[in-house]
Amino acid sequence: MKQFLIFVKKEWLHIWRDRRTLFILIWMPIVQIILYGFALTNEVKNSNIAIFDQSRDEATLQISDEIAASHYFNLVKNVYSYKDIGATFRKGKIRMAIVFPKNFRYDLLHSNRAQIQLIADASDPNTANTLTNYASSIINDYQQAVNQNADLPYTINTQVRMLYNPELKGAYGFVPGVMALVLMLVCTMMTSIAIVKEKEMGTMEVILVSPLKPFRIIIAKAVPYLFVSLLNIVSILLLSVYVLGVPIVGSIWLLMAESTLFTLTSLSLGILISNSAQTQQTAMFISMMSLFLPTLLFSGFLFPIENMPWPLQVISNVVPSKWYYIIVKNIMIKGLGFESVWQETTILVGMTAALLGMSIYKFKIRLA
Amino acid sequence: MQPVVVEHIVQNYRTKKTVVAALKDVSFTVNRGEIFGIIGPDGAGKTSLFRILTTLLLAESGTATVDGFDVVKDYEQIRNRIGYMPGRFSLYQDLSVQENLEFFATIFNTTIEKNYDLIKEIYQQIEPFKDRKAGALSGGMKQKLALCCALIHKPSVLFLDEPTTGVDAVSRKEFWEMLHRLKLQDITILVSTAYMDEASLCDRVALIQKGQILSIDTPKGIISRFKKPLWAIRANEMFKLMNAIKEDPSVESCYPFGQYHHVVFKTEKDSKEKLENIGKDGRYTDVEIKPIEPNIEDCFMELMTN
Repeated sequence: MKQFLIFVKKEWLHIWRDRRTLFILIWMPIVQIILYGFALTNEVKNSNIAIFDQSRDEATLQISDEIAASHYFNLVKNVYSYKDIGATFRKGKIRMAIVFPKNFRYDLLHSNRAQIQLIADASDPNTANTLTNYASSIINDYQQAVNQNADLPYTINTQVRMLYNPELKGAYGFVPGVMALVLMLVCTMMTSIAIVKEKEMGTMEVILVSPLKPFRIIIAKAVPYLFVSLLNIVSILLLSVYVLGVPIVGSIWLLMAESTLFTLTSLSLGILISNSAQTQQTAMFISMMSLFLPTLLFSGFLFPIENMPWPLQVISNVVPSKWYYIIVKNIMIKGLGFESVWQETTILVGMTAALLGMSIYKFKIRLA
Repeated sequence: MQPVVVEHIVQNYRTKKTVVAALKDVSFTVNRGEIFGIIGPDGAGKTSLFRILTTLLLAESGTATVDGFDVVKDYEQIRNRIGYMPGRFSLYQDLSVQENLEFFATIFNTTIEKNYDLIKEIYQQIEPFKDRKAGALSGGMKQKLALCCALIHKPSVLFLDEPTTGVDAVSRKEFWEMLHRLKLQDITILVSTAYMDEASLCDRVALIQKGQILSIDTPKGIISRFKKPLWAIRANEMFKLMNAIKEDPSVESCYPFGQYHHVVFKTEKDSKEKLENIGKDGRYTDVEIKPIEPNIEDCFMELMTN
C-alpha cells in the first residue's frame, strides 16, 4: 500500500509541477465545450429569407411580419419579380423565398383557398426541410387565427408536443455528445503519455528493476488523472447548465457517478495505448486521431446509429462514448433514474475491466 | 554460492536486414564482496550484458544467475535484491533530490532512515541540495544521487553501468573511493567502464570487445601476462614516425598513447637498436626512447590484435 501511495504521489507531482500541461488539461475541455457547444449544431436560426409579395394586402403583410419576427428567419430583402428571386438565391444571400400571389386575401376570404409558395435552397436538404416546416407552421397559426371566426367543418388540427426538449434546442442533443467527446479525448490523451513517458526518459529501466507489480504501476498512474478528470466533469456540467442552457433534469449525483465511470474507461484506454506506443508523440497521435472520428461518428449524436448499415452498427457497440451518450441523455435530459441506464452502465464497467486487464497483461516486464 | 554466474550468454540484435551480435558466448563468475569490472570500448556489449543480468532483457541462449536466482525464471526475486544504476541518468528530473530518494526507498519497501548509514557518506555531499530538482544537479551530483537511490534498499549485488562516463576527473576519483567503501559493507559490485585507467581500481576485470570476453583476471594478473618488451617513443613528427615504425617487419604493433607511441616488437632481440635507428635517420628531432611497464590499455591492444 505504501508503495502504491508513493507512486500516486510521484505521479501527482509530475502533473502538478508541469504547470503548462496542467493548465491545458483543465482549460482544454472548457474551450472545447464552448466551441463544440456552439459550433456543432444543426439548429436553424436567423436564416436569411426574401419575400416576393404580389398582393401587399392586410393578410400578406401580417404573415410577413410574423415570419420576420420569429427568430428562425431574418428578412433581408423584398423582391419584386421571380427573376429577382433566382438572382438572390444564386448570390447565396438567402436560403428561402416566400411568394404571395396576387389577390391573396381576396382569394382566402371568398374562395376559402389561397396559396403561398415557399422556395428553399435544397442544396442542404435538412435545412431546407426545417425552414419550410417552420414557415408552414407560422402560416398555419395565422390560418387558425383567421378560422376562429368562420365556421369551417372538418378541420383536423395536429397537436405536436416535443418531449424533453419543448423548444427543440439543438444543445439538448449536442451537450451529452460533446461531453462524451471531450471527456473521451482529454482523459485518453492524459494517460496515453503516462507510461510511454517513463520509457522515453529511461526511468522505466529503474522502475522495472524494483519489486513494483505492473498492476500497481498502472492503477497508480491512473489515480491522479482521475482527479483532474473529476474537475473537468464539474466544469463541463457547469458550462452545460449556465452557458449552453441545458438543465440537469435527473439526479446530478448519478450523472457524476456515471461520468466518473466513463472517465475510468477512457483513462484505461489511454493506459493501454501508452503501453503499446514507443514514443509520446505516437501515443498522442493515436489517442487524438484514432478516437476523435469514431467518437464523433459512432456516439450517435451527429448521425443516428439506427440509420447506419449493420456492420457500422456493430462497430458502434465497441465505442464507449456511445453508451455514455445514451446514459447522459437519459439522466440529464430525460431525467430518468438508474433503472433506465443499468445496461449501459454494465457495458462500461465491463469495458473498463477489459481495458485495464489488457493493460496489465500487456505491460512489458522487460525492456524489449 | 557465487553472487553472479554467467554461462555462455549469447545475444543478437536484429534490424530489418542484418543481425548484429551483441554478446558471443560470454561466461564469467563474480565472487562475493568483490568489485568486478567489465572493461571495454563503446559498443562492446557491456550494457546488453548488464540488462540481461538485471532481468531487463532476455538472452538468446545461455544461463545466468544472480544471488543463485535464475535471471529468467526468478526475475522477481532478483528485482528485490539488486541495485541497478543504468548508464543514462534515470531518475525523475522534476522531483527533488529528497523526493527521488524517498520514492526509491519506499518502492523497495524500506525507508531512508533504515539504511541511512549505508548512503550517509555519499548523501551528505548532496544533502545541501536536497530540495533541488534532480534535473538541475551537476553531472557528478546526479551520479551520487543515482548511486544513493540504487543503494537505499541495501542490495546484495550492485550493477553500475558506466557510472563515471561524463563525470569530471575529481568526481570520478571520489566515486571509486565510495565504491571501495561499499565493498567493505559486503556488497558485490559489477561495474562497467570504457576508461581503461579505472581497471586497476577493480579487484578483477573482464576485458570485453565486440561481444567477446578477451581475458578475465586481476588487473595485476592481466598486466603480468604481457611478456614482450614495451617501448615508448616520442619525436617532433609523430605521424611520420608512426608510419616509419610500422614499416619495420619485426614490429608487432605501434599505437599512439598520450604524448608517446607505444611500440611492441615480435621478439626482444635488437628491439632497442631498431627504434634508435629509425629515430636517427635525420628526419626527426627531440627523439626520446624509453622502456616502459605495460598498463591495462597496452594489454587490451595486445589482446585485440591477437
